[in-house]
Amino acid sequence: MEWINAIVQGVLLGGLYGLFAAGLSLIFGVMRLVNIAHGDLIVLAAYLALVVTQALGIGPLPSLLLVVPLMAVIGYGLQRLLLNRALGDDLLPPLLVTFGLSVIIQNGLLEVFSADSRRLQAGAIETAALPLGGGLAIGVLPLLQFGVAVAAIAGLQLLSWRTPLGRAFRATADDPEVARLMGLDNRHVFALAMALSLAVVALAGVFLAVRTNFDPAIGPARLIFGFEAVIIGGLGSLWGTLAGGVLLGVAQSIGAQIDPGWQILAGHLLFLLVLAVRPEGLFPRLRG
Amino acid sequence: MPEAPLLELRALDAFYGDFQALFGISMAVAPGQVAAVIGANGAGKSTLLKTIAGLIAAPSRDAVVFGGEPIGGLPAHGVVGRGIALVPEGRRLFSSLSVEENLLIGGRTRRPGPWSLEAVYGFFPVLAERRHTPATALSGGQQQMVAIGRALMSNPRLLLCDEISLGLAPVIVRDIYARLPALAAQGTAMVIVEQDVSQALAAADHVFCLREGRVVLEDTARALTREAVAAAYFGV
Ligand SMILES: Nc1ncnc2c1ncn2[C@@H]1O[C@H](COP(=O)(O)OP(=O)(O)OP(=O)(O)O)[C@@H](O)[C@H]1O
Ligand SMILES: [Mg+2]
Repeated sequence: MEWINAIVQGVLLGGLYGLFAAGLSLIFGVMRLVNIAHGDLIVLAAYLALVVTQALGIGPLPSLLLVVPLMAVIGYGLQRLLLNRALGDDLLPPLLVTFGLSVIIQNGLLEVFSADSRRLQAGAIETAALPLGGGLAIGVLPLLQFGVAVAAIAGLQLLSWRTPLGRAFRATADDPEVARLMGLDNRHVFALAMALSLAVVALAGVFLAVRTNFDPAIGPARLIFGFEAVIIGGLGSLWGTLAGGVLLGVAQSIGAQIDPGWQILAGHLLFLLVLAVRPEGLFPRLRG
Repeated sequence: MPEAPLLELRALDAFYGDFQALFGISMAVAPGQVAAVIGANGAGKSTLLKTIAGLIAAPSRDAVVFGGEPIGGLPAHGVVGRGIALVPEGRRLFSSLSVEENLLIGGRTRRPGPWSLEAVYGFFPVLAERRHTPATALSGGQQQMVAIGRALMSNPRLLLCDEISLGLAPVIVRDIYARLPALAAQGTAMVIVEQDVSQALAAADHVFCLREGRVVLEDTARALTREAVAAAYFGV
């Protein structure tokens, strides 16, 4: 029963990893940008939620109504003012710029909020659970988080394959020069993609902050989990990304069940195993 | 030329960094007219079309005048909204988009005019049956039809075609070229770049021959002989 419980918890945790990964793979897909600052932006969203909840006296979930659009605006501005200038035929400059951004965000957060670890309090919902019988119970909060992750990824999938904006994303990814001939301004399309990515980051950041303690230094590890989920799932497929997140979550959860120190290690081992056996990922580019 | 020109190039230069690819190109194209640009590999034909379309920045605003408005140096996404569409060399369809999505994205500027999905499917009926197929899974000729249809979807006043016969069987090329006069009859002007000189002479009203970035011969298609073209082409 403990094992089943571990797997269930792992699946639910995996939803969060799927969210980390979805924003990352969206950006890579549209503009071939590897965003090293992705994890730190997740942490930034968590602090933003902290400020919003304290200033307005609202809970973390209602704070999403502000944090999600705010992060989207930050994403749009970041792309227009900074990242678009670094993009080009060479992959290295944007890598260096986002690495620099990662350092700046970490230090900025450290300066403003100190290194103390924080947590968002969600109230009674944190301890609410659905009994499944047989001693098994599922927390309402992890379930909600998983549901939001699935909904967000379904939404991204729908947007990518069923809307003019998604068409513009795919066309620009295929051939940015010809996309310009269609009247698409690459800089604007990229900025919209970054806005969307950071909206997803905001969801991830708030749920992360409700689930665990956070401090300014935890970003890079979230980036790694996001990367691992993308690689395990396979590039270019959003559902694959969610599946990758779930597998990573389950691996970590089973690892922790064996020995609490093995949680992260088990995730890395699964990642290495996939890289060795199926480097293209388990579910590359499965459509709609 | 009796009518006021739709497109006018005034001593247009173009550069790739320090390398100058076009030198003082002047030409005029009237509404509904078909101009052919011919020349050997590397003469600057594609550069000319890309500069008109805004993919390469013209050095000055006045170097490209379209419908009376100076548009030199405008970005490509601004040029298409004014009614200039380019069918790029090598077709370059969006590979993750279906046939229909390629057409739809061609129409995203929503310029008013006769072209719509239905009109393109009427013009190229074979595309209607394959509308949900990934565009790059079609045959070369059908892909070229998608590329032309994608450009038409923006309801251009000027259609730029870069080597639409490239890599296609002669029967397909004839089929595609047979449809172009209908476009000109609607009032759409065209600049077609072609390696196949007899095809160009047959399709065009006016012919410009480029060599090393300069116009070395210009005349009506009727007045030009193959010998004169060959001489200009190779500079003999
Ligand atoms: N991206 C580029 N960077 C630098 N030089 C270029 C670039 N593209 C083309 N050129 C150069 O500009 C000149 C004109 O090239 P262009 O592609 O316009 O020729 P073209 O007449 O279209 O030839 P083709 O018949 O082979 O298509 C050539 O000397 C070519 O080497
Ligand atoms: Mg060319």
